[in-house]
Amino acid sequence: MHMPLEDTLGLNLLAANQHQAQHNREHFDAWQLLCLNVMSSPGAGKTSLLERSLAALAPEFAMAVLEGDMTTLLDAERLEAVGVPVVPITTGRACHLDAAMVRGGLRILGQRLDPASLDLLWVENVGNLVCPAEFEIGEHRKVALLSVTEGDDKPLKYPVMFREADCVVITKVDLLPYLPVQVERIEAHIHQVNPRCAVFQVSASTGAGLEAWHGWLRQQRSAVSSAAAALAVESLEAAAPEPVLVP
Amino acid sequence: MHEVDMTKCLLLSMNQWQQQHAPAIPSVQRVHLQVGAFTCVEPDQLVFTWGVAVQGSWLAGAELVIETVPLLGRCLQCNGTYTPSPEAAYRSPCCDHPMEEIVSGRELRIRSVDYSLPEPPPSRPDLSLTAAAAA
Repeated sequence: MHMPLEDTLGLNLLAANQHQAQHNREHFDAWQLLCLNVMSSPGAGKTSLLERSLAALAPEFAMAVLEGDMTTLLDAERLEAVGVPVVPITTGRACHLDAAMVRGGLRILGQRLDPASLDLLWVENVGNLVCPAEFEIGEHRKVALLSVTEGDDKPLKYPVMFREADCVVITKVDLLPYLPVQVERIEAHIHQVNPRCAVFQVSASTGAGLEAWHGWLRQQRSAVSSAAAALAVESLEAAAPEPVLVP
Repeated sequence: MHEVDMTKCLLLSMNQWQQQHAPAIPSVQRVHLQVGAFTCVEPDQLVFTWGVAVQGSWLAGAELVIETVPLLGRCLQCNGTYTPSPEAAYRSPCCDHPMEEIVSGRELRIRSVDYSLPEPPPSRPDLSLTAAAAA
């Protein structure tokens, strides 16, 4: 006779992924680098933006890219041309990166350089506005891109992605004169699902708006490194022996 | 089809749960999930991939029961709750405020497991003790 039983778990469905993501984040913190998860639909301009931002920021930051959205080697060549190491992540036909795939990419990166020497690690996710939103990889900040050619309704149609993002970069704004799209409406829709989200309007072609976006990156970088430094001091203090009280 | 990866995560959690009962293998009737309406999960696809994934495993025959948790927002203007909708651009109908706080709808939770355990085998006399006494 079997006794009917019930166990209450209250466990996150993605607990296995979250566990690995937490593990990745601990590494990022120990290396005192800022990890960015860059997401968008295919063709929104992730590689073009990266190309511009890597070139602009290379003089001040040591950077590397984990490339999850690489259909050809051309992307990697474009980015490596800037002098930044690029590690492709084999995703097979997966529609998103998960924490274990990023862990695999980190192992390969670790064979090429010391990750602790990096200031910024970019993870270019698979082009998709749905799946990547639910899978943490251990990133410090989620960056979503939305090109003006995609239309102003996308933040409302794919709200989870734009809700989860810490920053949305509206790309290809140089095309606005040719489109029946109002960039103010795109921005308003982003803020309706995510009122506190940082939003930047950029063009990787003309370079418009890049400075403001890079300013945000510098802020996040210093926020993360001071948080990591505070954590390091805390653990040092915790490890310090108890003061001996002399009577 | 990220539901496949979600099912893989779910199976990992279930395998860990099974370990708690080792060496007995629990017979699972139902796994109850709570899935928020404001997630990227399609419950039907999750049930389908689950059915395929558990075939031939210790979970074969176990049913995946999904409770959908509605999206509920809190208007930070008047503190009232409301149901945000894409048609209304997720704004609160009371104060026309953007969707600031989400009260529910982001859940992706394994709530509980209905199962039974096989009867423990009848206890046998401890032969090692008997042998020690005889010596």
